[in-house]
Amino acid sequence: MSAADAAADGPWHLRLYIAGRTARSEAALHNLREICEEHLAGMYSIEVVDLLERPQLAQGEQIVAIPTLERRLPPPVRKIIGDLSNTERVLIGLDLLPRR
Amino acid sequence: MPQGRIEHCRTGIVGLDEVTAGGLPRGRTTLLSGGPGCGKTLLATEFLVRGAERGEPGLFVPFEETAEEVCANGASLGWDLPALVEDGSLLIDHVAVDRDQIEQTGEYTLDGLLVRLGFAIDRIGAKRVVLDTLEVLFSALDDTAVLRAELRRLFGWLKERGVTAIVTAERSGHGITRYGLEEYVSDCVIVLDHRVTDELAVRRMRIVKFRGSGHSSSELPFLIAPGGLSVVPLSRFDLSYPTSDEIVSSGVPDLDAMLGRKGWYRGSTVIISGTSGTGKTTFAAHFAAAACGRGERCLFMAHEEGERQIIRNMASVGIDLAAPAAAGILRVRAVRPTQTGLEDHLATLHREVETFAPDVVVIDPVTDFHSLGSSREIRSMLMRMLDFLKQRQVTALLTSLVPEGDHEDTVISSLIDSWVQLRAERTDHGRGRVLYVLKCRGMPHSQEVRPYNITDDGIVIREAAEAHR
Repeated sequence: MSAADAAADGPWHLRLYIAGRTARSEAALHNLREICEEHLAGMYSIEVVDLLERPQLAQGEQIVAIPTLERRLPPPVRKIIGDLSNTERVLIGLDLLPRR
Repeated sequence: MPQGRIEHCRTGIVGLDEVTAGGLPRGRTTLLSGGPGCGKTLLATEFLVRGAERGEPGLFVPFEETAEEVCANGASLGWDLPALVEDGSLLIDHVAVDRDQIEQTGEYTLDGLLVRLGFAIDRIGAKRVVLDTLEVLFSALDDTAVLRAELRRLFGWLKERGVTAIVTAERSGHGITRYGLEEYVSDCVIVLDHRVTDELAVRRMRIVKFRGSGHSSSELPFLIAPGGLSVVPLSRFDLSYPTSDEIVSSGVPDLDAMLGRKGWYRGSTVIISGTSGTGKTTFAAHFAAAACGRGERCLFMAHEEGERQIIRNMASVGIDLAAPAAAGILRVRAVRPTQTGLEDHLATLHREVETFAPDVVVIDPVTDFHSLGSSREIRSMLMRMLDFLKQRQVTALLTSLVPEGDHEDTVISSLIDSWVQLRAERTDHGRGRVLYVLKCRGMPHSQEVRPYNITDDGIVIREAAEAHR
């Protein structure tokens, strides 16, 4: 599936779970914005959830690792963990690149 | 660094607090390792159940099973986990880590899990926490170096929170755990083992590490049965039992008369052995009825008959067991031992003694235990049971069926203080019954072989001469 095809499934709703504002969470958010601007420009929304403020979501959404990026739309739900520094893995995880 | 005394957290699990000299280290994490089916999840679950009963709320975090499955497992041992959840003394929080869903894209922390644990602990004021099995993370997450560092942090965090935790782990061939989690736990490590010997399952527990406290380093047998686990304490090799000068009646005045002090010492172990039809159960019932008549509590483990049948049959020879049973001072537990049920069976005895606190125990018959085969382990388990009763100063009367023309089993002889043999004999007038006091430690006793009858008023022993009329 090409990026253009995937983007055509839009709109995209991405949620980034963090636990407090840390260097790593800022890095993840920065990486995420860059990837979205490049591949999903104009079709995406990013929601940042700080589990320190909404701890109950850690249970409800089965969050273990931080940061976790969740693709809420389009379905199916996908989860990606880490600081999103490996762009290729992020694109694979979001189904914007085919899995090897 | 000062070696501070570690406070104990009484688990409430039968026998475990005894072998750990008071319980698990409070405010610390205990690593519980074992292979599949060894009982680690059940032990961890009972730790929380007993905590809930003692006003220490518990958090159960299963990584593989859902809350429903955890409750179903608990129900198999008779625990009503949903009720504990309902009243806020237990919280089950299933952590699902689905590898297929997770793509790893860089460095991460386990803060999501910590936030989650912290939130759950605060919600019910948890004092006890179980993580079962944390190692699932190793198969779900790739970066092992990061994961290890994060797990170390998790263990440190648990300690800071001051909860008494059990973390379970899978046993591997070589090490204590597959992923070396024992490196992170410095306070207490317990390994469970489950072996099948002579077609009988034998479970063992070994306390590998217990910082700052005396503990038994031997392998301890333990049992899983309805109600929960029982860790069977080791025999005390110094034989330092409490000893009593008090005498307990056999319940048969004529038999008391054959014993130098008119009965048996309290806390001693008596065996009544005999061939089929010699009235072993009747002797046992006399003993039980006499104890209850003194207002003592009697546990009657019946292996061949049900409670109502025993009460009816004994009424027919003038022994009233119905009244003490109704008064709650006689408890009859009818369990038919089967080969596979041996474990359950021993566990039941252990548990009943712990909960019912009897003054005297009847096991009718005990033969079933050691006729179960050649297994030395089973015999040693039985010896431990008798030893346990002695330490409790519980007077035990065991009956033993001797097959016609067979030798008596002397395996447990050393633990037997008093031995009465019954025999059916062919006489000129048909079949008769005779008895003989083989031994009675600590007192002189009759050396005569005496005939006896089972009458409407129970057992009547006649003079020796009458046997040879």
